[in-house]
Amino acid sequence: MKRSLAGRIWPNATAVVLAIGFVFPVYWMFNTAFKPTQDIVTEEPVWFPFHGTFEHFVTAVHAPNFWTLAGNSVLVTVLAVGLSLLIALCGSFAIARMRFKGRKSFLLTFMVAQMAPWEVMVISIYMIVRDADMLNSLVPLTFFYMLMVLPFTLLTLRGYVAAVPKELEESAMVDGCSRRQAFVKVVFPLLAPGLMATSLFGFITAWNEFPLVLVLNKEPAQGTLPLWLSQFQSQFGDDWGATMAAASIFAIPILVLFLFLQRKAVGGLTSGAVKG
Amino acid sequence: MAVQLDDAVGKSAPRIGKGGAPPARSGSGSRRIARGAPYLLLLPAVAATAVFLGWPMVRNILLSFQNLNMKELIQHLTEWRGIGNYQEVLGSEQFWRVTLRTIVFTAVNVTLIMLFGVLIGLLLARLGKKMRLTLSVALVLAWAMPVIAATTVFQWLFDSRYGVVNWVLDKLGWHSMAGYDWVGTQLSTFFVITVLIVWQSLPFVALNLYAATTTIPKELYEAARMDGAGTWKVFTSVTFPFLKPFFLATTFLEVIWVFKAFPQIFAINQGGPDRLTETLPVYAFTEGVGNLHFGMGAAISLLTIVVLLAMTAYYLRLTLKQEEDEL
Repeated sequence: MKRSLAGRIWPNATAVVLAIGFVFPVYWMFNTAFKPTQDIVTEEPVWFPFHGTFEHFVTAVHAPNFWTLAGNSVLVTVLAVGLSLLIALCGSFAIARMRFKGRKSFLLTFMVAQMAPWEVMVISIYMIVRDADMLNSLVPLTFFYMLMVLPFTLLTLRGYVAAVPKELEESAMVDGCSRRQAFVKVVFPLLAPGLMATSLFGFITAWNEFPLVLVLNKEPAQGTLPLWLSQFQSQFGDDWGATMAAASIFAIPILVLFLFLQRKAVGGLTSGAVKG
Repeated sequence: MAVQLDDAVGKSAPRIGKGGAPPARSGSGSRRIARGAPYLLLLPAVAATAVFLGWPMVRNILLSFQNLNMKELIQHLTEWRGIGNYQEVLGSEQFWRVTLRTIVFTAVNVTLIMLFGVLIGLLLARLGKKMRLTLSVALVLAWAMPVIAATTVFQWLFDSRYGVVNWVLDKLGWHSMAGYDWVGTQLSTFFVITVLIVWQSLPFVALNLYAATTTIPKELYEAARMDGAGTWKVFTSVTFPFLKPFFLATTFLEVIWVFKAFPQIFAINQGGPDRLTETLPVYAFTEGVGNLHFGMGAAISLLTIVVLLAMTAYYLRLTLKQEEDEL
């Protein structure tokens, strides 16, 4: 059906306005981070960072504990996601491929666990960690982050495992593989896109987590980057250039991961769907 | 292949216990192993959930019946208080005010998110290929932006002296907005938080709605158009009924997310000015951890969970039932 000229223009015009609206805060973060201070603190905003500088990044990176905290963040996130993938893979295989008593209740348990209101449970978690004398340690953080992403990981992987045709596994076993071998050699490679997609969301959750680290790890050198960033502005007394540089440093890994993995993950999803 | 064959000779029973046709039986020992296998595979997940989620939940309930303030905390005292915490919380005007505020806050945000999310999703479906990609990339960027980073950026955008928002408003002729302090009053702080949350949440709804519309058979639209249905009519008679489960699920998820929103509210202004933008999760945090009334905080957090359950009860029942049928 042919649309009128106006009918073709307004959707595109709206889309342009919306795209600008959605990108602008992200753009403004980078823009401010790269501008010299006199271009930031001005009555007229400078829309493009023509006099680009790295000084704010230098300030942010040289802030006390930056490298320690970045290391903490990476360590906690990677360990939490890795652990939860490992545990979830076992569990999701059982739920997707096996019949046993109580399967439903297990499934329901994880569905409920997925909705756990972690934000309001910080008080009891604080007491538990304190009684274990583990405040200001990365160990409890790692385990709680692992559990925050575990139910989602398990439930999502269940779908991916179920999507791998049973016949493939069976034929591998007819060819003489044990069940474990069939899983490692046939099912696992086919799960790779699913693992990637699932871990992406796990990474984002763990990397961003704020309330728990706010309560548990008060010691400056034992925190993670979200805590550092939330306190950066007050510590640096309205140095917006450095603050935006800090925000950029914190955001870049996730932005890159998201843009890179989203396509792969979605590709994996759809190719599976089409063949199914 | 030879290795695998050799290996398989040793274990002849790996197929036992699998779904579908009843498996061939062999030794009873391996059958027991096979029967136990799913439980063994699930054990780590269940154990971890019990320890790191179940126990904090139980502890939360216990704490809510205890008198646990600074003194008890330092001296490691356990002092039971019965339902005293609950009486105090439920009797305080503050709690009810915060609860009402949280519900209104959630309702406003979710309505805005669903409304604009659906509109943008439908727009995506209507755009040409290039434009759709452009808007999708913009949405993904906003979606991927870490919460705390986004919160910091919004503080800068809404900065009173050098913030872009005030500059634009001033240029547009609203001169009293030059130098406006956005975090100075309750309403304006909520405005900033709402813009932030809606900006963050729209991509999820819009992109998913667009993805969902692509699953609607084209014939349905053609048939509706043939019958002379307009855009609105097509939406109400084809798109909406077809995507009803999607709308329900998304609304439900958004209710949970907005209700639980903690970093945005806390990092923007710590629930200020004068604790006027505290929602239930922030309120529980400030009372419990901030003011060191852990027992009270635990009671508030449990009541918070009750409110959240009440708000999502309808959908929860629906999903659980549906899952029961499907499993």
